[in-house]
Amino acid sequence: MIDPLAGDLTDEIQAAVTRSSRSLLRRLLKKPIAVASLSFLLFIVLIAVFGPYLAPHDPNAASAADVLGPLSATHPLGTDSAGRDVLSRLLFATRFSIAGAALALIVAALIGVTGGLIAGYYGRWFEGLSSWVVGILQALPGIVVLLAARAVLGPSLWTSMAIFGVLLSPAFYRLVYSTVTAVRDELYVDAARVSGLTDGRIISRHILTVVRGPALVQASFVAGVAISIQAGLDFLGLGDLSIPTWGSMLNEGFSNIYTDPVLMLWPSLAIGLTCVSLVLLANALRDTLEQSGRKRRRTRRDKPASIPPIEREPIVSHGGDHRFDGAEVLLAVDRLAVGYGQGDGSITTVVEDVSLTVRRGEVHGLIGESGSGKTQTAWSVLRLLPDGGRIVGGSITFEGQDLAGKTEAQMRALRGLKIGYIPQEPMSNLDASFTVGSQLVEPMRVKLKLSKSAAKARALELLRRVGIPNPERTFNAYPHEISGGMAQRVLIAGAVSCDPDLLIADEPTTALDVTVQADVLDLLRSLQSELNMGMILVTHNFGVVADLCDTVSVMRSGRIVETGPVLELFARPQHPYTQSLFDAVLDESEGSGSVAADIETADTNGALR
Amino acid sequence: MLSFIARRIVSGVILVVAISVIAFLLLYAGGGNIARRLLGEDASAQTVAQKSHELGLDQPLISQFGSWVSGVFHGDFGASWFTSQPVSDAIVSRLAVTLSLVLGATILIAIVSVVLGVLAATRGGWVDTVVQVVSLVGTAIPGFLIALGLVVVFAIDLGWVAPTGYVQFTTSPQGWISSIILPVIALSLGGIAGVTQQIRGSMLDSLRQDYVRTLKSRGLSSRSVVLKHVLRNAAGPGLAVLGVHFVGLLGGVVIIEQIFAIPGIGQVAVTATSQGDIPLVMGLVVATAILVVLLNLVVDLAQGWLNPKVRLS
Repeated sequence: MIDPLAGDLTDEIQAAVTRSSRSLLRRLLKKPIAVASLSFLLFIVLIAVFGPYLAPHDPNAASAADVLGPLSATHPLGTDSAGRDVLSRLLFATRFSIAGAALALIVAALIGVTGGLIAGYYGRWFEGLSSWVVGILQALPGIVVLLAARAVLGPSLWTSMAIFGVLLSPAFYRLVYSTVTAVRDELYVDAARVSGLTDGRIISRHILTVVRGPALVQASFVAGVAISIQAGLDFLGLGDLSIPTWGSMLNEGFSNIYTDPVLMLWPSLAIGLTCVSLVLLANALRDTLEQSGRKRRRTRRDKPASIPPIEREPIVSHGGDHRFDGAEVLLAVDRLAVGYGQGDGSITTVVEDVSLTVRRGEVHGLIGESGSGKTQTAWSVLRLLPDGGRIVGGSITFEGQDLAGKTEAQMRALRGLKIGYIPQEPMSNLDASFTVGSQLVEPMRVKLKLSKSAAKARALELLRRVGIPNPERTFNAYPHEISGGMAQRVLIAGAVSCDPDLLIADEPTTALDVTVQADVLDLLRSLQSELNMGMILVTHNFGVVADLCDTVSVMRSGRIVETGPVLELFARPQHPYTQSLFDAVLDESEGSGSVAADIETADTNGALR
Repeated sequence: MLSFIARRIVSGVILVVAISVIAFLLLYAGGGNIARRLLGEDASAQTVAQKSHELGLDQPLISQFGSWVSGVFHGDFGASWFTSQPVSDAIVSRLAVTLSLVLGATILIAIVSVVLGVLAATRGGWVDTVVQVVSLVGTAIPGFLIALGLVVVFAIDLGWVAPTGYVQFTTSPQGWISSIILPVIALSLGGIAGVTQQIRGSMLDSLRQDYVRTLKSRGLSSRSVVLKHVLRNAAGPGLAVLGVHFVGLLGGVVIIEQIFAIPGIGQVAVTATSQGDIPLVMGLVVATAILVVLLNLVVDLAQGWLNPKVRLS
């Protein structure tokens, strides 16, 4: 029954996990902060183990003659208000405080990890029950529960720490539970299950290895909490007085705060430094884990691949269309280059040598595969590139002014009012926390200085204009209450709300249902001609270009390879890349002749204009 | 919205009831031993039995619970075994003091965390460094150590404020502020650390959302997009963390009140605990549970206000 392949696979993963945990320690030890905190914690643990054997005195031996004694050869750290030797008490206190915290940690980890494994792996009723118990455990502050327990059970370091362990167990439970449910259905666990491994072996070999790293981080945090709550309890004087702890020493110091405040120093340092070390270690551990996780998948959606160093080739340029010759040039992009600053100070160029013009009333299509730089070009015109991105060369002249040199405030004055933007994904481009109406009204009040009621009236009128059947209802709706197609109409209404001269549409129909796409394109076309706007239309769809555009530029790897009037370029594509794009479209719609039909449509549209 | 609130209230009531039942069973399960511990090891079996009877501890646990519950329905949470003061009086008379600390700290956490979190997310640079250091200190160092440090520096060395004691607001508003300022700061640091980090993180997430670019493309200023839209979307997770820290504040205030000698619920709790005053401890547990449930209700309502999806689902 055992599938040898699956066995190999899981063994391989197992080996990889072991390797990665070994290198995790190595990477951790490269961080100075991690080394420092680990060393300090090691020092504290050594004192906890061996300290009491080095203690010069009995930690509880009181001596009336030595009350609040100074530092001396017999009492290197002096004596407290009962004449007990502070150094001896500190050494013993370290043992008891660390042991108490360790007890809480062990109890928490045992209960939390076991519960999380069972709930996560087997689920069912146990899951519901445990999350309910977790809810109760976390509803009360730990110290209140410990006080109540102390009222019934009397003072005992070990009892309170065991109880506190139970209270802390949700920290591990939550972590293990969420990790297990995430891993449970991963392929390699399935493979292990199919290959006939028992649940016990799957849990110990595959799931525990995944949980181990995060659990260590959690353990470090939890240990810090345990130390601080234990010290707090003893500081209140509610602990076992026969056992010296950091907390009881702090209490002793606090009651002599006016006569001998130095008594507070040692326990404070012990508590503070141990807690800080634990948190620093946890942070360093988490950073290390995250870094190794990040290395595996390092792709950013917004940033296209950098331009491969291909030879610069001449741009194929078609002539022939003179319909817009007399029209005002709205936008002239000249040899634009866009780059992203890298961590090491270098710049990755994603758009290079892009030139195009848009005249009033003209629709200029930018077509290309994803990552070809067309969206980057569009965002550059708005000067809204993602973090790290900027214009590194060329110029963008809009209505005679260079946009690349404008300040943010000057750009803000143009956005919305002069240049409108229609995004690709309708849902994520509306703020889910505000109504559709308020998102339409806000810019109009700022840009057009409209009153609230005038802005609302205009918003309703716009909603009606973009074909929304019940404008009043949509106005008051939240984005998640309307469909994607409606949301895109709302975004179009927003883009034209302040009557811009130039519209930038970034794949305005890509995210929509096919049935809605045609309507939205119709809407764009009619709005564009009605308001006589220039428009940049980013798309990867030749059908959309044929339908809407007058001019088209084909982009590849951050450059324009071919540009010209749509009719010319469609009739005689010359660049091999353009030709391959056409071939791909033809392959897709084999025999239906859709491109040819689209060209026909474009022709008639052109003629009607 | 109404059914959303109703569901929240019902689950809160269930939580309080569950905690009351569990707490009662655990606190009173000791039976005769409770009287023994109250009277000390030297007490004779007879006096112990008499004391047990007097306190009703010889009744079956379930009927003890029954009489406690029926008392609660008449607003009677029992009386202290030591002072005979009704439990509800003992708690309510101290509640205002404790709440002024806890709510003061909550408000301080909320304000400071929003300011620091927004600045750290949008400006980076030195603000971010400050936030990281504050987070480390606030997360790692227990509040009572910070409190001790504040007392030593500001009350004893510098003498700016009185180290201990509480001044009623009605007596002197100024005195009230100077008597709670150090305790409130000591209580807040942990919460400021946690909530600031959360707000910083969710601000950074929200800033990357598509709608931010679209809003800017409409010509809105970065500032108004950040403060109105991004912050509102980031506030939800921050509020959730604030709710968690509130529970921690109710615990931390016990120690803080002890350090600053503030006569609040925490002091009652410490006395009741060391004496084994079970009815009072029981009352304190229930009071804490009610406070937590009320706060959670407020947080849920605020979440509903911030996020329409929560409200409508």
